Amino acid sequence: MDFDVVIIGSGPGGYVAAIRASQLGLKTAIVERELLGGVCLNWGCIPTKALLKSGEVYEQLGHLGDYGLSADNRAYDFAKVIDRSRKVAKQLNTGVAFLMKKNKVEVIMGEARLEKGSPAPKVIVGDRTITAKHVILATGARARVIPDIGLEPDGERVWTYREAMVPKAAPKSLIVIGSGAIGIEFASFYRALGADVTVVEMMDRVLPIEDEEVSKAAQKAFEKRGIKFRLSAKVEKLTKSKTGVSLKLGGETLEADVCIVAVGIVGNVENLGLEDLGVKIDRTHVVIDAEGRTNVPGLYAIGDLVGPPWLAHKASHEGVHCVEAIAGFKSPNLHAPIPGCTYSNPQVASVGLTEAAAKQSGVEVKVGRFPLSANGKAIASGETTGFVKTVFDARTGALIGAHMIGAEVTEMIQGFALAMTMEATEEDLFAAVFPHPTLSEAMHEASLDAYGRVLHI
Amino acid sequence: MTDILMPALSPTMEEGTLAKWHVKEGDEVKAGDVIAEIETDKATMEVEAVDEGKVEAILVPEGTEGVKVNAPIARLSGDGGAAAPPPAKPAPAPAKAEAPPPPKEEPKPSPPSQAGGETGGTTKAPTPKPEGERVMASPLARRLAEAAGLDLKTIKGTGPHGRVVKADVDGARGKAPAAAPQGHPQAAPRQVQSLEQQGIPAGSYDLVPLDGMRKTVARRMTDSFRDVPHFPLTIDLEIDALLAARGRINAMLKADDVRVSVNDIIIKASAMALKRVPDANASYTPEGIAMHHHADVAMAVAVPHGLITPIIREAETKGLAQIARETKDLAARARDRKLKPEEYLGGTFTVSNLGMFGIKSFGSIINEPQGAILSVGAGTQQPVVKNGQLAVATVMTVTMSCDHRVVDGATGAKFLSAFKAMIEDPATMLV
Repeated sequence: MDFDVVIIGSGPGGYVAAIRASQLGLKTAIVERELLGGVCLNWGCIPTKALLKSGEVYEQLGHLGDYGLSADNRAYDFAKVIDRSRKVAKQLNTGVAFLMKKNKVEVIMGEARLEKGSPAPKVIVGDRTITAKHVILATGARARVIPDIGLEPDGERVWTYREAMVPKAAPKSLIVIGSGAIGIEFASFYRALGADVTVVEMMDRVLPIEDEEVSKAAQKAFEKRGIKFRLSAKVEKLTKSKTGVSLKLGGETLEADVCIVAVGIVGNVENLGLEDLGVKIDRTHVVIDAEGRTNVPGLYAIGDLVGPPWLAHKASHEGVHCVEAIAGFKSPNLHAPIPGCTYSNPQVASVGLTEAAAKQSGVEVKVGRFPLSANGKAIASGETTGFVKTVFDARTGALIGAHMIGAEVTEMIQGFALAMTMEATEEDLFAAVFPHPTLSEAMHEASLDAYGRVLHI
Repeated sequence: MTDILMPALSPTMEEGTLAKWHVKEGDEVKAGDVIAEIETDKATMEVEAVDEGKVEAILVPEGTEGVKVNAPIARLSGDGGAAAPPPAKPAPAPAKAEAPPPPKEEPKPSPPSQAGGETGGTTKAPTPKPEGERVMASPLARRLAEAAGLDLKTIKGTGPHGRVVKADVDGARGKAPAAAPQGHPQAAPRQVQSLEQQGIPAGSYDLVPLDGMRKTVARRMTDSFRDVPHFPLTIDLEIDALLAARGRINAMLKADDVRVSVNDIIIKASAMALKRVPDANASYTPEGIAMHHHADVAMAVAVPHGLITPIIREAETKGLAQIARETKDLAARARDRKLKPEEYLGGTFTVSNLGMFGIKSFGSIINEPQGAILSVGAGTQQPVVKNGQLAVATVMTVTMSCDHRVVDGATGAKFLSAFKAMIEDPATMLV
């Protein structure tokens, strides 16, 4: 037996699981076919944040007058913007390599394939056959494409997130298909740089997984920035020419330089030998139990590969949980809610149930809201767009959902996530002291508001 | 091997504190040896070994509070069949319906490993969380348990560090018989503010831990003051005749080394008055009014850090000399916390006397389930008007707090009137 644990894929699910396994004294190896850190570090979370920061700063330069400031010759060098984003990714990629070394995790570069074995499937990488007691699949996911109607990247005119991160030039006009977090972030970035952006969404609202009030406020805020929307839109055909793309919707055709396809995610289940092993797969996602076990003995799966929400922190959480179960830990009985963030301008963040979802599940709710326009820090910062919304179970007082839109809300949602993880009730949120002046006071006020005790409106 | 179980010192005892071990692991004991001291709400009792053998394991360490009755506290080697020692003197079972739980061996789930007599499977008895210890529970779990009427201490926590979380309460609620009616939310728990919140800074005081007696006093008095509709009746008594009679009685009893106190006479007079006005010797129960056959008069005895109310049983049948002997003995043992539960549990009426502190009059909180309590002030010389003339008399003010559910104003007044007559003319007690 070569290892206690072999992990396939070094994204935020795989590499965090590897560190935890090593901490628990398990002899661990990780297999990576491309870059340590996976999509998150190299092609997702991190480099997009670098791009968005550039876009935000540039956009803010256009509003310097609001702050009594002025500057001439506002400009950006697109190549340098992209280059900065790549350097950030590279830095973190190197960081993961260091972490693997520090934790004595053997990194095996190459594409893995599984073969039948006992107690766990054998892992074949190139001409090497690796045996382990436990194998964890953490191969992640990729953008969904629909070639039949032209939704397939060509690197020139049609992009997925991956091409959208490293174009040679910023497009003058852009269509984004899909208004989930990925689509909205690219729309926000390219709009900041001045592109003419239209977002096409099949559902009747933007960011459809968010609370309806947030969707409405987000659309309004984006439209104010000049982003156009086509909601309840049915994409019929995307065609491209030398100079641009043409998107046929029911009853309308949109033209633009470039189209970004952000219509969902599919799990990376191919070429791993899963079919031969008989691993149960449901619509590109591996089926697992509560501790990450697949139906094949010794084989586990975590992260994007096992289904939504497709979020790095969810993958890390599952990775740790899975490894601890392997090490014989009985995890504490806590159902940690998973927060979700969209780093557009304004930002959107949420955790737990939307008001509608809570009501649909039969919960009687108490809902609180507080607008940032009534928050001192927001006013001082000139960032009054947005609000905080809380959803409580009226019967028990448990916080069951929180939804925010506005500046810095992605940094604040964790407060509500922690409260929910610790099973806080309204009394705890009332009792907690929020520093003044901060945007976080709006969280306190939104909690108070749910019980008719709001102070500052 | 034999498990020694936590004995029930009284029929109502549910748990107690293992105050002290007199033996250690490896000691040989024989029947009748004192092996431990158990402290309940009010008393400390010695536990004697019934069998002989060697103490193999002490399962509950000294000082553990909240040890449940019948929980194993130690393990004795040897082939004795019977196990836990009964209380030194079995408490009389007061009600047939509620037989005292006989201390007997707990069924052992896995006998095989025990046959060898070695310390095989040392399955440690699950020591319940001691009372007063903070139970780690999430805020939501606390609220849900409260609403469902579940005791958090009885719920096994599966959260981080054994914290009780929502899922645990949900699980416990599924098992327990429906405690709280659904859709009928309980009143929100009373908000207890910390001293700090009320402006008394930490460090400005010393915190004395709550012992069993203090907790019992706090709980019983709070329950009574909140739930029993109290009202006071006050009357002045002239006690010169009583004092004179007491002088003569004590002179007579001097040879027997007995001294009758004013309080002893008050106890006797109370008992006699209760017999004459039986409606005042009663307890309220949801099923009906319990009319007591005897006047079991409790007397409040101050002890370090608390009080206790030992009882003169059937005081109406006892002479003053006997009452004096009993009160002296009970008071002395109360201060040493050596009373047996049957000596302070029960009682149909209480006399509380603060006269020795110069208190003129006061109203006591009823000692449930009794119907009334008599608060006795100091006897002092006062001007009184007799036949239109000023005179000096020794006057004592007494206040009876009555449970209005059983003792109405007229009933209480009748009692005090009979009581006053006997105090002011002690010879009438002979009738």
